[in-house]
Amino acid sequence: METAALILDILSWALLLIGSAACVLAGIGLHRFPDVYSRTHASGVSDTLGVLAILTGLLLQAPSFGVGIKLLMVLGFLWISGPTATHALVQAAWIRGIEPVLGAGPDPFHRDEDGDNTEEVQ
Amino acid sequence: MTFRLATLVVLFSGIWLLWSGYFEPLLLSLGAVSVAITIWLSLRMQLLDRESAPLHLTWRFLLYVPWLLREILLANWAVIGLIIRGRGAISPRWVVVDGRQHHDETLAILANSITLTPGTVTVDVAGRTLLVHAVDAAAADGLLSDDMNRRVAALEVD
Repeated sequence: METAALILDILSWALLLIGSAACVLAGIGLHRFPDVYSRTHASGVSDTLGVLAILTGLLLQAPSFGVGIKLLMVLGFLWISGPTATHALVQAAWIRGIEPVLGAGPDPFHRDEDGDNTEEVQ
Repeated sequence: MTFRLATLVVLFSGIWLLWSGYFEPLLLSLGAVSVAITIWLSLRMQLLDRESAPLHLTWRFLLYVPWLLREILLANWAVIGLIIRGRGAISPRWVVVDGRQHHDETLAILANSITLTPGTVTVDVAGRTLLVHAVDAAAADGLLSDDMNRRVAALEVD
């Protein structure tokens, strides 16, 4: 019984640390990536892996069945609302006329009719 | 319609019981009232259609989730690598995905799956065509392999 609880604690702490590391890395990515579109890719790490690992870690510490169910529901809600909010954000940026910073190659979707693109890059 | 209504009554009651965890008569009757009001409001708002309550997808969707979970974990690993290597490592590009789905609810599942996977974000939709921003060539290639598109289309019964 003692060792089972210990293994559970170690697993739970490992997951909590993985989740925290994912959130910190997502924060670093937010600063390192150049524009709103690529920054959403960085924030996706905390939205998915961060949330998943932290909630699974907490699930292993859940004192009762009821608490565990609620944690699973929180996971479900965050995994649905996260991408929905991300999509709303990038679509708003796109409609507003913000052009992405692209890598090599042509940009088939470049719009030049609008001269006031307010990019905060470079 | 009756089947959808009955399923939702059972589903809402189950959720209420799981969340409350109390089984006294007073609280149970309050739960029954809550379920009744929720169903009534949903009917009034005409929310009980295939799009907002896609019950017909349930079992296939549950089989799709483990595959999506694996994709998300792999994508996380890739994006974390890019974050560590910094701005020079990324090479953002546009990807156009022609959805193989015939219904709006499955197209929405595809768009949300793409956004949920780090490295790809659905920016816009026109008809069945999704405009996706990918962080680098690997993320774009993963999407262009059409694996996710096919799997989401396979969720459709009709």
